Amino acid sequence: MSDTAAIFAARDPHVNFAYLDERTKRMIRRTLLKAVCIPGHQVPFGSREMPLPYGWGTGGIQVTAAILGPTDTLKVIDQGSDDTVNAVNIRHFFQRTAGVAVTTDTRAADIIQTRHRIPETPLREGQILVYQVPAPEPLQRLEPRRSETRTLHGLAEYGLMHVKLYEDIARYGHIATTYDYPVRVNERYVMSPSPIPKFDNPKMHRSAALQLFGAGREKRIYAVPPYTAVASLAFEDYPFSIQRWASACALCGATDSFLDEWVTDDRGTRMFVCSDSHYCATRQARATAPEPSHGSK
Amino acid sequence: MNAATGGTPLDLNAVGPGFSDPPLASQAVFRAALNAFARPGRIQRVASDAPHPSGAAPAAAALLLALLDPDCTLWLAPRLAHGSAAAWLRFHTGCRIVSELREAQFLWSDADQMPPFEHLPAGSEFEPETAATCLVQVEALGDTPGWRLQGPGIERTQPLTVRGLDATFLAQWRANHAAFPRGIDLLLCAGECVAGLPRTTCIEG
Repeated sequence: MSDTAAIFAARDPHVNFAYLDERTKRMIRRTLLKAVCIPGHQVPFGSREMPLPYGWGTGGIQVTAAILGPTDTLKVIDQGSDDTVNAVNIRHFFQRTAGVAVTTDTRAADIIQTRHRIPETPLREGQILVYQVPAPEPLQRLEPRRSETRTLHGLAEYGLMHVKLYEDIARYGHIATTYDYPVRVNERYVMSPSPIPKFDNPKMHRSAALQLFGAGREKRIYAVPPYTAVASLAFEDYPFSIQRWASACALCGATDSFLDEWVTDDRGTRMFVCSDSHYCATRQARATAPEPSHGSK
Repeated sequence: MNAATGGTPLDLNAVGPGFSDPPLASQAVFRAALNAFARPGRIQRVASDAPHPSGAAPAAAALLLALLDPDCTLWLAPRLAHGSAAAWLRFHTGCRIVSELREAQFLWSDADQMPPFEHLPAGSEFEPETAATCLVQVEALGDTPGWRLQGPGIERTQPLTVRGLDATFLAQWRANHAAFPRGIDLLLCAGECVAGLPRTTCIEG
C-alpha cells in the first residue's frame, strides 16, 4: 500500500486535472444539473471513450471526473470491496490524474464511486455516491426501442413493469428479481438502481447523500437528490422484502449486512462473509481491540 | 441580435480576465451549483477570482463562466445585454447569445427584467432536460423564515427569504412546479451567494 501511495502521491502533469478535457467536463456538469432537477429521469450525454473498456465503469468514472475537486477524498468500491481489481484501478486512476486523497473509510469519503453496492455504514449529508450503471433503462427488457421507452416515461405509463412483476408471482409465487430491482423516484419516474442487490434498495430512500448514476456505453446520466422518496415497486398483497440469511458473517459476526457466499474447498464447504469489506474490517478490528489493561487476567 | 453581440469588432483591452485557473475554479463553482440544486433553498457561496462585469452579480457571472461553452445558448435581459457582460462571456466561453427566448438554454436576468415563465422553454414530457436554466439576480438572499420550501433535497422544510422578486413570482412558480416533469430551474443569485430552485421544489409563501 505504501509503495503505490508513493507512486501516485503526485499528480501526472501531462494530463488535465481528473483526465477529461474541460469542455467534456462542462457538458457532463450541465447534464448532471438537469439530472438533479428531474429526479430519476435519464438524461442523454456525450459519453467519451475512456482508457478502459465499456463495462468497467466508464460512466461512473466520467461522472466522478466531472465533480471531483482537489480537496475531495475518494473511495471506490466494487461489489462492496475496496480491494478488487476494478476498485483498485479506478482509485489509482484518480490518484494519478487528480492527485486526490483516497480512503477505504466510508465515513471519511466525500465521493464514493460504487459498482453494484451501497455501503452498509449510513451515508451522511454532503457525501456523493456515484454509481456505475450498465443498463440505465429499467424498461429495456420489456420494450427495447428507446423511442418507445422515452414515451412510456414521458406519460408515466409503467403498466408493463407491473405485469412483469406479476408474471414473476404467477410463475414462482414471489417477485423473483433480486438485483437491479426497479424503483419509483419521487412518485414519478421508474428507475434502475443499477445492479445493486435489492437488499440495498431501502438505503436509497431519503438518503442524506446525493446519488448520481453514470452509464457510459448507454450514454445516460441520472440522479436522486438527498431526502428523495425512492420506493421499490411491489403489490399491496406482495410487499417488497429484502434478502435474509440464516447465518451471520463468518469473519465479523454481523447479522445486518449483505453476505457473499464463499466456496472454500472442492467438497462444497462454504462460508458467508460481508460483501462490504470496510464494514467487516471495522467490526473485526473493534472485536479484537485490546481491552482496557486493568481488567486482564 | 443583442447590441453587444453584433458584427462590431471586440476591443480586447476592455474585456476583463476570466478564472486564473480555469479547471479548478470551474470545478469549485460547479459544485456550488450542484449543491444548490441538490439542496434547494440552501444558500451556497460561489468562490471565484474572476472579476465580474458591470451589472453582474459575482455569483451569476462565475456560474456562467464555469458552465457555458460554444455548445450553449444564452439569453440576456436588456440591462445585461447592453453592459460589458455579453462581450466578456462570449470571449471567455464562446457561448451563442440569442435574442429569441425559445432558443435559450440559459437565461441571465435581473429579477425585474425576468420574462414571464410561460414564455420560457420548459422542455417536453419526453425531453424535460431541454428546459431552460435561469440565473436571476435578486437584491438579497437569507435563510430567515419567509418561504417554506419542500421537495426532493430537503429533509423537512427549508426556510428562504428572497428580496427583489415581484408579487407574481409565487403564482408563476406554482404553475411551473405543477407542470413537472416540464418546467424551468432557477438559480437565484445575490452577491457571491446562490440558492437553487429546481422545478421539483414546492414553495409556500
